[in-house]
Amino acid sequence: MNERSFLVRNPSVLIFIGLLAMFTLVATVLSEGLGVGIVSTSFIKTLGKTLCLCLVAIAMDLVWGYCGILSLGHFAFFGLGGYMIGMWLMYERTRGIVVESLSGVEIPPTPAEIDAAIGNQIFGVVGSSDFPAIWAVASSLPAQMALVILVPGLLALVFGWLAFRSRVTGVYLSILTQAMTLALALYLFQNDSGLRGNNGLSGLQNVPGADGVSQAVVSVWFLWGSALALGLGYLLVAWVVSGKFGSVIRGIRDDEARVRFLGYSVEGYKLFVFVLSAVIAGIAGALYYPQAGIINPAEMAPIASIYLAVWVAIGGRGRLYGAVIGAAFVSLVSTWFTSGQVPSVNLGFYTINWVDWWQVVLGLSFVLVTLFAPKGIGGLFDLVTGRIAPDRGGADLGPGDGALREQEAEK
Amino acid sequence: MSTLLEVSGVSVSFDGFRAINNLSFQIGSTEMRAIIGPNGAGKTTFMDIVTGKTRPDTGHVLWGPKSASLLKMTEAQIAQAGVGRKFQRPTVFEDQSVFDNLILALRNDRSPFGVLFYRRNRADREKAEKLASEIGLSDHLSRRAGELSHGQKQWLEIGMLLAQDPRLLLVDEPAAGMTLEEREHTTSILVEAAKTRAVVVVEHDMEFVRRLNCKVTVLHEGSVLAEGSLDHVTRNQDVIDVYLGR
Repeated sequence: MNERSFLVRNPSVLIFIGLLAMFTLVATVLSEGLGVGIVSTSFIKTLGKTLCLCLVAIAMDLVWGYCGILSLGHFAFFGLGGYMIGMWLMYERTRGIVVESLSGVEIPPTPAEIDAAIGNQIFGVVGSSDFPAIWAVASSLPAQMALVILVPGLLALVFGWLAFRSRVTGVYLSILTQAMTLALALYLFQNDSGLRGNNGLSGLQNVPGADGVSQAVVSVWFLWGSALALGLGYLLVAWVVSGKFGSVIRGIRDDEARVRFLGYSVEGYKLFVFVLSAVIAGIAGALYYPQAGIINPAEMAPIASIYLAVWVAIGGRGRLYGAVIGAAFVSLVSTWFTSGQVPSVNLGFYTINWVDWWQVVLGLSFVLVTLFAPKGIGGLFDLVTGRIAPDRGGADLGPGDGALREQEAEK
Repeated sequence: MSTLLEVSGVSVSFDGFRAINNLSFQIGSTEMRAIIGPNGAGKTTFMDIVTGKTRPDTGHVLWGPKSASLLKMTEAQIAQAGVGRKFQRPTVFEDQSVFDNLILALRNDRSPFGVLFYRRNRADREKAEKLASEIGLSDHLSRRAGELSHGQKQWLEIGMLLAQDPRLLLVDEPAAGMTLEEREHTTSILVEAAKTRAVVVVEHDMEFVRRLNCKVTVLHEGSVLAEGSLDHVTRNQDVIDVYLGR
């Protein structure tokens, strides 16, 4: 029981970061932008987006797998992060275009005219040309980056404070989080919400100030950025769950009342974990949507957050690499199936078209994993390391002869 | 002897059923007390009230020399103030090692940030090891608590309670499911603990209560029926009627 350093106690962290670095390097070497060009730019973007999904899956594992809060609303935070960075990307890009088009006129435009022209460009589609108040700092990259953290963090703080203080737990909390993400999506669908309604924000793949750089190179930049964020996120969450804090939140997951009677304020811990995971989800979203190029409120539909839970369940909750494996595996397979590349199966009387049937396969595998392999794909590693869970519930005898069985002891 | 806990005029009802009826109870700062009573007498509800799980309809629960009201505090605050509780069924964190269970219970900063930056130090490790030897689990420190037998879990939970270093220990049926030897060991741990703090034991088993050799409070229908030595209360006609006679 000597005190060893964090990394020695958690060798999986070093292995993970090594594999992630190797993956990023190989992808870079094979990319069109900076390498030999075997892997297409669109696939590099898919890989970069997958890394962001892995990051939000880690956040989900922290809040669900370790703390036992089944949040089905984490894509609200993910989407908000995307919107916050999208506002700056869209504003700056539009400003560049407007300034260029006005540079030909004889009388130089005033700042107010430029501003009005940008507003017209961005909000013309929803029949408006004025900037809503929430765009006040959209011209500043540092400010919008701060909002990537602050907006999801504050929403999680307010929502979590209300929910945890009222001791809402279990399935009721899950329903509340679904309601939260649905309400947010419905609000953003409105044209006067200030974020362009159902059009969402688009053209996000164009990085302002990098006009001369091709998308092939930009995609590799974002791949690196996503890999860096995933590595740091993994390190942070692994550190949070490794020590006594991890011990407390796993205790909350397993027996909330007992932790309370030990003198820990369960609500404070839940709130901390919820806010931290929301912030991580927001950062993941801020890296995801520039690679996707477009964000609209449909991204925050309740189903998205349910998928997130499915990834973590299939990968194996309660272990971070499980969440990463689940998110990467399921989202990549999902991309493959829904892109129409999988050949249809002709049964004679019916043709199975995988684009339509993929959801059924996913749903079925979720049910099967839950029933027969509750540890998920990550559980396979236990076969190697020999970590077997104790199975002594209910019927065990005491240490001495004649001790009662547990059922008998419970009066 | 100064009063540590004073419960006065407490009543609580669930859907019209009076679980606790004008209950008054006092315990000193270093005292052992056994609470007995038939099923439904309000023993567990009494513990729920003291630990903050249940809020009474009327009455006062005062704590410590400053007579602070426990009714205004949350469960976590009450636990931090020094009330430790052991449940009837052993509740340990089965997914975690015996050592981690003890470390979790040790009296330390309980705030999220304090815990996040907590570094295990030599003093805490020695405390945990000393407790483990008191409860006979020295050889099992790195085992997962879920692998322990029923009796070992009971002791681990007692060890966790001692680790909290509470001023008042509330123990619900500590001897349930234990062998004779284990009972004796449990008795000696509790008697030892009562030398420095208040211990309240709820127990069905008369033999176990006799071995504790302490003042006994008999509860019936949510209020105190009799109080005194075990021999005194077992001679009380009311007690014989409602409890022992059955």
